[in-house]
Amino acid sequence: MSNSDIKKVTTHISQNEGLIFEHSSPGKKAYRLRQLDVPAVDAAAELGAALRAESAVLPEVSEIEIIRHFTRLSTWNYAVDHGMYPLGSCTMKYNPRVNEVVARLDGIAGAHPYQPEAVSQGALRIMHALAYQLIEITGMDAITLQPAAGAHGELTGILLMRAYLESKGNPRKKVLIPDSAHGTNPATAAMVGYEVENLPSNPSGMVDLAALEAQMNEDVAGLMLTNPNTLGIFDSQIAQIAEILHRKGGLLYMDGANMNALVAKARPGDFGVDVMHLNLHKTFSTPHGGGGPGSGPVACKSHLEPFLPKPIVVESADGTLRLDYDRPQSIGRVRAFFGNFGMHVRALAYIMANGPDGLRQTTEDAVLNANYLRKKLEGIYDLPYATPTMHEVVFSDKLQAKLGIKTGDIAKRLIDYGFHPYTVSFPMVVHGALMIEPTESEPLEELDLFVDAMKSIAQEAIDSPDLIKNAPSSTRLSRLDETAAARKPILRWKPETK
Amino acid sequence: MRYLPKSPAERQQMLSAIGVTSIDELFAPIPTQFRLDRDLCIPPQMAESEIVDWFRARSNENATGYDILLGAGAYNHYRPLVIDSLISRGEWFTAYTPYQPEIAQGTLQAIFEFQTMICELTGMEVANASMYDGSTGAAEAVMMAIRLTGRSSAILARSVHPEYREVVGTYAKYQGLPLTEVAFTENGRVDLAALDAAITPQTACVLIQSPNFFGTIEDVAAIADVVHAKGALLVVSIAEALSLGIVRPPAEADIVSLEAQSFGVPLSYGGPYAGVIATREKFIRQIPGRLVGQTTDRNGKRGFVLTLSTREQHIRREKATSNICTNQALIALMVNIYMDVYGRVGIKELAEQNLAKAAYARKALGAKGKILFDGAPRFNEFVLQTAGDATEISHRLAAKNKIIGGFPLRKFYPELGNAAVWCATELTSKAAIDKAADEVKA
Repeated sequence: MSNSDIKKVTTHISQNEGLIFEHSSPGKKAYRLRQLDVPAVDAAAELGAALRAESAVLPEVSEIEIIRHFTRLSTWNYAVDHGMYPLGSCTMKYNPRVNEVVARLDGIAGAHPYQPEAVSQGALRIMHALAYQLIEITGMDAITLQPAAGAHGELTGILLMRAYLESKGNPRKKVLIPDSAHGTNPATAAMVGYEVENLPSNPSGMVDLAALEAQMNEDVAGLMLTNPNTLGIFDSQIAQIAEILHRKGGLLYMDGANMNALVAKARPGDFGVDVMHLNLHKTFSTPHGGGGPGSGPVACKSHLEPFLPKPIVVESADGTLRLDYDRPQSIGRVRAFFGNFGMHVRALAYIMANGPDGLRQTTEDAVLNANYLRKKLEGIYDLPYATPTMHEVVFSDKLQAKLGIKTGDIAKRLIDYGFHPYTVSFPMVVHGALMIEPTESEPLEELDLFVDAMKSIAQEAIDSPDLIKNAPSSTRLSRLDETAAARKPILRWKPETK
Repeated sequence: MRYLPKSPAERQQMLSAIGVTSIDELFAPIPTQFRLDRDLCIPPQMAESEIVDWFRARSNENATGYDILLGAGAYNHYRPLVIDSLISRGEWFTAYTPYQPEIAQGTLQAIFEFQTMICELTGMEVANASMYDGSTGAAEAVMMAIRLTGRSSAILARSVHPEYREVVGTYAKYQGLPLTEVAFTENGRVDLAALDAAITPQTACVLIQSPNFFGTIEDVAAIADVVHAKGALLVVSIAEALSLGIVRPPAEADIVSLEAQSFGVPLSYGGPYAGVIATREKFIRQIPGRLVGQTTDRNGKRGFVLTLSTREQHIRREKATSNICTNQALIALMVNIYMDVYGRVGIKELAEQNLAKAAYARKALGAKGKILFDGAPRFNEFVLQTAGDATEISHRLAAKNKIIGGFPLRKFYPELGNAAVWCATELTSKAAIDKAADEVKA
């Protein structure tokens, strides 16, 4: 194999570009202010000692330079719009354009969060409709749209658990978390004042029921379970898990990061989950934006409903909507205003475009794609768990590691083949993990190209390992020195004269 | 379904390749009794044109084309068109967290520039890649101060945005962190004597906001003296970022939590916005959230990476500085572009226009009621006390004049009576201010 065998991509010229500050020169500008229609004021007289003495050193550039700067930078990014982005657990699916258009309509993007309810009925209707539809999709009883992201939803969910248990007389001390969980789970439990206790997996990659039975007692508030878990495995013992927790007064929290394997096929509310969060930026197509904004609604059963953050949107008898702040048992606010409303708009537009049949087909295609990749790559890469998988599949680098090639190297070589790498070295229960989630958005051709690339790289590991170790060779930069970056952090640009 | 790129024949071909006969076999791990055997009760698939129509109707049920004289944590500033033009490129909005720096240099460099701009504006030495918003940023800043000092309580100025205080309260409640509040004086500023008396050896930090919820600019240096004398840290929250164009930055603060919405981010009924935490270099190991740092690649070329991630949840799990995972990268990008458009000179001129508009509004509205908290400088907000009920005035302005009026304060500050906090920005016309003044009097 060599770079000339790569089918998906051809290298082309990309523009060099410095920092925006390096284009700056006094007197250049990209704005013109309106004519002032009121008398000008003397800032020094208005502000006195509070007047800023020295201007912030912001770039002075023209409009064309801004356009070129950010266009050039953009071409250095890989994106879903370029091709498959198989980051396991991240659900990099297509971001529909209509979502972006409706979120920018004047009355939606321009709505002030404190404008009177009488002139906010459209915004409240959007939140109300989304809330109702997410409740139906999850099979839960109530929901808050306030959390700003998945981890923020986890925080809200665990606060709900704690408030509920406190109302029963004892908040308890510990939260159980499987070893396969996202790092946000233990970090969240700690933020709510719980000790974290690790729950081992069984050889099938599911919860070890005997361990759960042994660890569950009146000190345990509950379990944070991702289902399907980070191995892509649906824990079919879910009813027994819920029963063990509930029998001792504990609660089942479901991390909904992988809800895209279940939508329209099964509902957490039907299998014993008490509270869960959704990631609108995963399951419901809102764009990831290079790392955010997300949105993490939290749905719960009726016994947790009194504790939801305030306010919530309620419908009055005359059909108008209002914000209800009169919720004495509420955990309080987790964010100012009403959450990432712009993401609510996009998620609702996505659900409307799909309908019940579209959502079902979406879930089926996501599972179909993952199983297709699993079948095609099994044997070429080690599959540590033979258990059936749903929307993602986790391989290990065991076969390649014998040749000195690790998961991180394979990932870098995948870049040369025109793909964004999978999730590297996670979940931690698998040594040298390759966590692959294609999502439903990939056509068969793209999947086959990915299979070809992965097979080629496996062959290269045998024939030409240096190609892998030196990868990526086709990018602007290669193997950046992360150790140096951390040892002596340079976190901002500084003007040379300073 | 139009977003799904497969024909029925292709699906069948893939099932055969997998070695199953139907898709249901792949869902076998879900016990039968939990498999949904019906359609979800949600509306049927809609055409793109129907979706646009539905949201346009909702948009029209909201105030559109109204003059906004309201701020209170969300500010109506002009958004240069290049922002949406640029961020609509798929390379920006359909990318994810830059875990693979070789194919994410665009996002990484943009965040590095953003961090630099935030340092310049706030007078701090380092800034993170962004937080969810100003309210959660304030809560995270307080938690950071608690980690830094090893002390266990915090004092919040009552003049901090009421919803920010509620969020800090929610974060603190279950960690057993007692919070107390400190009053404001007649000029709307923090009561320094009361503050001095309130700080104990267990006080990790004092959280203030400047300009505060009333629009008043705090005497940050004086507050810092009181706070530092007792060994506590000063956290300054800034909700109106544009103030930094003309107002002295809070250089004496230990941690600054900024809400950057004013910089080119749509009001969007309260979100998404972007918070940022900025601080001193020596506190860097306790900062929450992502950081981008400069480095070189193996050929010695300058490049950028996510760095100091040993603070973060995916490495440290329950010992992490926060559970935060995402930042608000796309919003931070809007902020970056906005600051490039206005630049060093423009941000100051724009802030001066806000000062002028607010001074005019203060005079015009002040003639119809009483301006509270005179005697301390303000940026673009002020409090007006009226004879009539503030909520009633706000409803009348919306219904009769297509004006979004001031935020009624009675709910959070009953002692202020019929008062509301008003805002004027560069987008507020003299005509709208005059019209509002006429209605307030009526």
